[in-house]
Amino acid sequence: MGCERMSVRLTELPREELIAPGHAACSGCGSILALRLVLKALRPDETAIVCLATGCMEVVTTLYPRTAWRIPFVHLAFENAAAAASGIVEAINVLKRKGLFRSKKKVHVLAIGGDGGTFDIGLQALSGALERGHKFVYICYDNEAYMNTGIQRSGATPFAAWTTTTPVGKKIPGKPEFKKNLIGIAAAHEIPYAATATIAYWGDLIAKVRKALDAPGPALIHILCPCPPGWRFDTHLTVKVSRLAVLTRFFPLYEVEYGRRVRITVKVPKPLPLIEYLKIQGRYRHLLKPEYADLVKKLERSVNEFYEWLEYMEKVTSKG
Amino acid sequence: MSKVVGLTGDEAVAYAVKQCDVDVIAAYPITPQTVIVEKLSEFVANGEIDAAFIPVESEHSALSVVTAAALTGARVFTATCSQGLALMFEILYIASGLRAPVVMAIANRALSAPINIHCDHSDTMGARDSGWIQLYAENCQEVYDLIFQAYRIGENPRVYLPVMVGLDGFTLSHTLERVEMISDEEALRYLPRKPCYKYPVNPDNPATYGPVGLPDFYFEFKAQQAHAMEEALRVIPEAMKEFEKISGRKYYFFEPYKVEDAEVVVVSMGSTAGTVRYAVKKLRKEGLKVGALKLTVYRPFPEREILETLENAKVIIALERALSFGAVGSPIFEDLRSAFYDYDKHPLIANVVYGLGGRDFTVEDAIGVFKYGLEIARKGKVEKKVILWGVRE
Amino acid sequence: MSKPGWKSIPIGAVILNPGNTIKVKTAGWRTFRPVIDHEKCRKCLLCWIYCPEGVIKIVEKDGKIERLEIDYDHCKGCGICAEECPVKAIKMVEEVA
Repeated sequence: MGCERMSVRLTELPREELIAPGHAACSGCGSILALRLVLKALRPDETAIVCLATGCMEVVTTLYPRTAWRIPFVHLAFENAAAAASGIVEAINVLKRKGLFRSKKKVHVLAIGGDGGTFDIGLQALSGALERGHKFVYICYDNEAYMNTGIQRSGATPFAAWTTTTPVGKKIPGKPEFKKNLIGIAAAHEIPYAATATIAYWGDLIAKVRKALDAPGPALIHILCPCPPGWRFDTHLTVKVSRLAVLTRFFPLYEVEYGRRVRITVKVPKPLPLIEYLKIQGRYRHLLKPEYADLVKKLERSVNEFYEWLEYMEKVTSKG
Repeated sequence: MSKVVGLTGDEAVAYAVKQCDVDVIAAYPITPQTVIVEKLSEFVANGEIDAAFIPVESEHSALSVVTAAALTGARVFTATCSQGLALMFEILYIASGLRAPVVMAIANRALSAPINIHCDHSDTMGARDSGWIQLYAENCQEVYDLIFQAYRIGENPRVYLPVMVGLDGFTLSHTLERVEMISDEEALRYLPRKPCYKYPVNPDNPATYGPVGLPDFYFEFKAQQAHAMEEALRVIPEAMKEFEKISGRKYYFFEPYKVEDAEVVVVSMGSTAGTVRYAVKKLRKEGLKVGALKLTVYRPFPEREILETLENAKVIIALERALSFGAVGSPIFEDLRSAFYDYDKHPLIANVVYGLGGRDFTVEDAIGVFKYGLEIARKGKVEKKVILWGVRE
Repeated sequence: MSKPGWKSIPIGAVILNPGNTIKVKTAGWRTFRPVIDHEKCRKCLLCWIYCPEGVIKIVEKDGKIERLEIDYDHCKGCGICAEECPVKAIKMVEEVA
């Protein structure tokens, strides 16, 4: 079984909730849990300014005149979280230099986008911001579809998954394309730190966010966030689904430094069969039918190939 | 003591911005605005400006970056035109909706398709409903001067709206003209004190910017913007008067030339206003009663002041470098007709569209337009509301 | 009570009251409520970390964790806490009208 990063202790994490309850996130929402965990990574002398793209998280937390955010929150549009963060980071640097910005705590700038606002429409702004090297952390909360607009497919939707724009029809059973490799894209920019994380492995997630906050340049964390209404499972299973994603190797937890050094942070030497992950979600229900067995095989092959490739990269790039 | 230099329009923008203690600049190059961006990056590289120059990957990100930066209270600047302005279209509305006092120079250029890099006003006219204040320069001196005034107007707490300053692409952007500069001290005294935003982003005072405004609140925020635009009608002349005190140069919503007894007045914007004024001079020598009105402030539209200034004309020609497809006429034409509708005097108003895609408009053309206006005066009616000047059929 | 007009609300739709969603009681969302058996509870804090809403409060006494308490004004009844509790100290109990 995978093990947790024990360098983070639950009792030492901040008790304060920087996202106040009373917002409109779905019961059992994996994304809001992910954001809550990200903010738990802040150390006592740190705070953050959040630049959030349009999407589930933005809409459910900021319905005028109510806001769940207890830290500064900026929302411009769907595709420019990274651009907004770039502007805020550099403005603060200049204002500090001119003696016009003061804050009691050390300020981090977090650009946060869903898979829609990151993989697809937000990719350009993300690429620009990573290339320019601003010191900020990009958090992608990935619920694997455009959930806020009603579960339409995104570039992050996995192969064969049902969504409202990749329905399981007689001709085409679910999404024909494979998931985009976001860490690969981030790594191509050779940023100091890029990593995957998910909510079940809270210690791994928090340790990675801290590494990202401390990185001397842009960092990106790609968090898998199960979504009860979108993935079709009951609300109490959100954390379990994310755990199974890791234990079946479907969503490996790894990190890449400067686009070169790869490390799998939660090793899965004996994976559970992929079907354990698929059968718990309604969006893969069709894959339980014998006529779609070849799709399951295709998915298994791609999952195993990628994990093996990660193991190889880890071996080849480790510092001995 | 003021300095007199030769600057192109693009350079004039850059030199003015340099004196404005700007904090964040983000821009993407597009002909003919490129020299603005290049000059500003040169200033930053030499340490002549203490600002962040962010070389963004698109115009959409350029405006996004500076709008977010403006929320921290920083003074920001960007520039674009044509396709770039079109690309940042959604952010225009977001900047004005957030009440971020961004200042943006637009080297007015035609919109594709077909692709054309030369001057016309279609780009900024397409943005006339976006809640931005729009100022247009006739020459490089005005380009330089309007940048300072743009910050002073936009950052006024009664306004807090973004401002675009239009300079004709190539005709002004790339033409060397005489520019008298104000001193750095005068500039800093004229500019408002920072922070430039009403509720600057600060973790010690956390706030939420850009929430969802459902039907029960959205309308009220638009009413606030409309009110700010109306306030701008008062703030603009004040800012211009203060600028006159430093520079000795007078600015107003518009500049009338011999309109008091004019039979025909041609209203225009940008560099063409100079051509039109020259035509007035020539035609007056022949005894023809003509006049010109150069519009400097297009948004907010100075309805009352224009009505009072042009009420005695027999014919007004809206000479415009933009075409509003499917509309009754071009933008200024429609605003003028609309303004005069309820008024007690009713000059005949016609629309002449010229110079799209940078087609040259000469003194002879301007004289032709006045003669056309005099024909309308003679006939006593406007037979054709819109004519496309010099288009081959 | 009628809603405020444009003259009295901050410009640009800026919200100046951080975290004021706390006033919205999302208790009505749930069908089941989690009930902690404090005897069984080992204070491992997994329910606290896994709660998406952050409505589980850690109550300390003399520097030690005394008990975990649920803010029932805001709990949406997702059941993650009950599912993840390693000693099954949390039961999901149906809400009665």
